[in-house]
Amino acid sequence: MSRLELPDAETQCAELADLIRPRLHPDSVLVGIHSGGVWVAQRLRELLGLSSEIGLIDVSFYRDDYGEKGLHARVRPSSIPFDVEGRPLILVDDVLYTGRTTRAAINALFDYGRPARIQLAVLADRGRRELPVCADFCPWRVELEPSLELILSAGDDDRLQWTVAQDA
Amino acid sequence: MHNPQLNANGELTHLLSIEGLPREVIVHILDTASSFLKVSAREVKKVPLLRGKSVFNLFFENSTRTRTTFEIAAKRLSADVINLDVTRSSTAKGETLLDTVDNLVAMHADMFVVRHAASGAPHLIADHLRRLQRSDVHVVNAGDGRHAHPTQGLLDMYTIRHYKRDFSQLVVAIVGDILHSRVARSDIHALTTLGVAEVRAVGPQTLLPACVESMGVRVFNDLRLGLRDCDVVIMLRLQNERMSGTLLPSAREYFRCYGLTPAMLELAKPEAIVMHPGPMNRGVEIDSDVADGPQAVILPQVTYGIAVRMAVMSIIAGN
Repeated sequence: MSRLELPDAETQCAELADLIRPRLHPDSVLVGIHSGGVWVAQRLRELLGLSSEIGLIDVSFYRDDYGEKGLHARVRPSSIPFDVEGRPLILVDDVLYTGRTTRAAINALFDYGRPARIQLAVLADRGRRELPVCADFCPWRVELEPSLELILSAGDDDRLQWTVAQDA
Repeated sequence: MHNPQLNANGELTHLLSIEGLPREVIVHILDTASSFLKVSAREVKKVPLLRGKSVFNLFFENSTRTRTTFEIAAKRLSADVINLDVTRSSTAKGETLLDTVDNLVAMHADMFVVRHAASGAPHLIADHLRRLQRSDVHVVNAGDGRHAHPTQGLLDMYTIRHYKRDFSQLVVAIVGDILHSRVARSDIHALTTLGVAEVRAVGPQTLLPACVESMGVRVFNDLRLGLRDCDVVIMLRLQNERMSGTLLPSAREYFRCYGLTPAMLELAKPEAIVMHPGPMNRGVEIDSDVADGPQAVILPQVTYGIAVRMAVMSIIAGN
């Protein structure tokens, strides 16, 4: 594996907030996808000074690989503490890859109501899409071999950081 | 040892009994259920997990409530549910249980929810499917004879965890007709697996199974002693059909000795919860003032039961 310089994820959160800010609607709310997307959404909420609570969504019940892989080992409760109907939503994830998680999240959100629009904000876009999905806001585009996994984690000091691991 | 509920990877593929289930599997089911509880509170109460799957309710014994909650759970997972009135159709014409199963497998059944008066019937079906190498077809035990009612046991654990959080310090009393109760058996196995401090079996000697102590419970024939300092009281239905025999003098006498009245409940801890698997016999095992009182969590049990059944079905159908 060629050594890859991994950028600082906290700095990227600030860059992502800068991308969103000029196009932020006053009614916009953030929805983070468990678990990396939730951390990023929490950073964005602070950086953008949003008063409304963020939504949390776990896409396990909407995944398209349930038939092959079964139910995800750790499903966390989704929580959408606002009325989705007519709301502009910003869906937040850490990594955009095949686009299948985004598809599942959009389906899940529509079971809460009909939002005015959904935009997609991600920290990293690693290409190789399998669905027609693209991010509205993204500070980092990176090419990675499919055998590698790009992982966002929260350290002991709560700082977000990237690691790359060989896929199991 | 081969565990008929687990596949080669140690994952849950049928739910036949709580006995022998690893603690992590029980906790995983409860954790998953808490996510499904949120789904049932939404305006769209459905998720697409089991879309296109066929769930067959095979009830060889009557039970409107359990059958309905399984049906609701399956429908909220987007499965197609087929209710078979087996007692009045094929079985009445002499078809064997496994022939019925083979026919339904030929109709592309993906899951059987089985209630049967004979202990071990769901196990027999699971074993049969294994011999047929149909690991894609799953079985849920919805109550077999006096053996087990695992989803009731799991929803009881969900309810206890919801109100009490930690199992390790709890004293739980199971009161009533333990002899005939598959719910009691499932609860006892679940509680001991989850590591509660003490499980008590409370009832007249004639309604306690022989050697019930060997299941790790303390036996009380006196309700007053059995309730003292309890955190959780699980009342069992006194099965009216048992009243005609020699096990009990009368329903009124039973209520006097073992009925849960407000005065009796005062012997338990002040924050104790009262559970009942339903259907209740008011004035036989439980007083209306308790059943409708602030400590009763009997209706939340029903709500949690649907989430727990959704969790069980979605976990086993995926393994």
